[in-house]
Amino acid sequence: MSLVSPLNKVLGLGSAKGGSEHWWVQRLSAVALVPLGLWLLIAIARLPDFGYATVVAWIANPLNSILLILLTLTMVYHSHLGIQVVVEDYVHGKATKTATLIVLTLAHLFLGCAGVYSVLRIGFGS
Amino acid sequence: MDRADRPISPHVFVYRWQITNTLSILHRMTGIVLSLGVLVAVCWLVALAGGEAGYERVRSAYSAVWFQPLYLGWIFSIFFHLANGIRHLCWDAGYGFEHHQIRIGGWLVVAFAAVTTVVFSAFVLF
Repeated sequence: MSLVSPLNKVLGLGSAKGGSEHWWVQRLSAVALVPLGLWLLIAIARLPDFGYATVVAWIANPLNSILLILLTLTMVYHSHLGIQVVVEDYVHGKATKTATLIVLTLAHLFLGCAGVYSVLRIGFGS
Repeated sequence: MDRADRPISPHVFVYRWQITNTLSILHRMTGIVLSLGVLVAVCWLVALAGGEAGYERVRSAYSAVWFQPLYLGWIFSIFFHLANGIRHLCWDAGYGFEHHQIRIGGWLVVAFAAVTTVVFSAFVLF
């Protein structure tokens, strides 16, 4: 006789209360970051200098704006997922762990928002 | 031993250092370093969106001598995390689990990260 309820058997969820979504989105964001990351590295290497006018002109290019927004969102999301696992592994105690996760999740949300807003503002020429 | 003082898994420092566990831990450490890099990069982006005066202030702060080793750390972290991440994706797809493949793959990642760090740093930093 199994103690697992029929519903839980169908959902495939154990005591972790979750399935494979976290694992899957971490890999999905990792795959997206390979081309996006290489694009940024090559772009940085090709910038003649890091002066204000040069960098603004580079970001203001629509394709660069779009790729930079995609990169910001993917990077922040991937960072959030990775840091979350590290905290779950190494921060002990339910209260400390939960508080750390809340602070870091909100910090990542803020970083994502700040990054996207900045690119848009530069792109639309504030 | 008091219940609260018992060692809690994962036990990082009880194992002999080998290419496998060293790179695994390095993957996490470079991930954390890169998360801090995202924070620094977004600060830079926000300054850029705020106008030339603020950007030049941040730029001169980021040009400080003590900041230069950090760039080296970020450059190494991004290339190591990229290469080792692809190694992880190969495992996720079911490839490269043989004993010799794991060792050769690990050393390939180290070699790639070392070479690209030197080349990219020489190109961008100096």
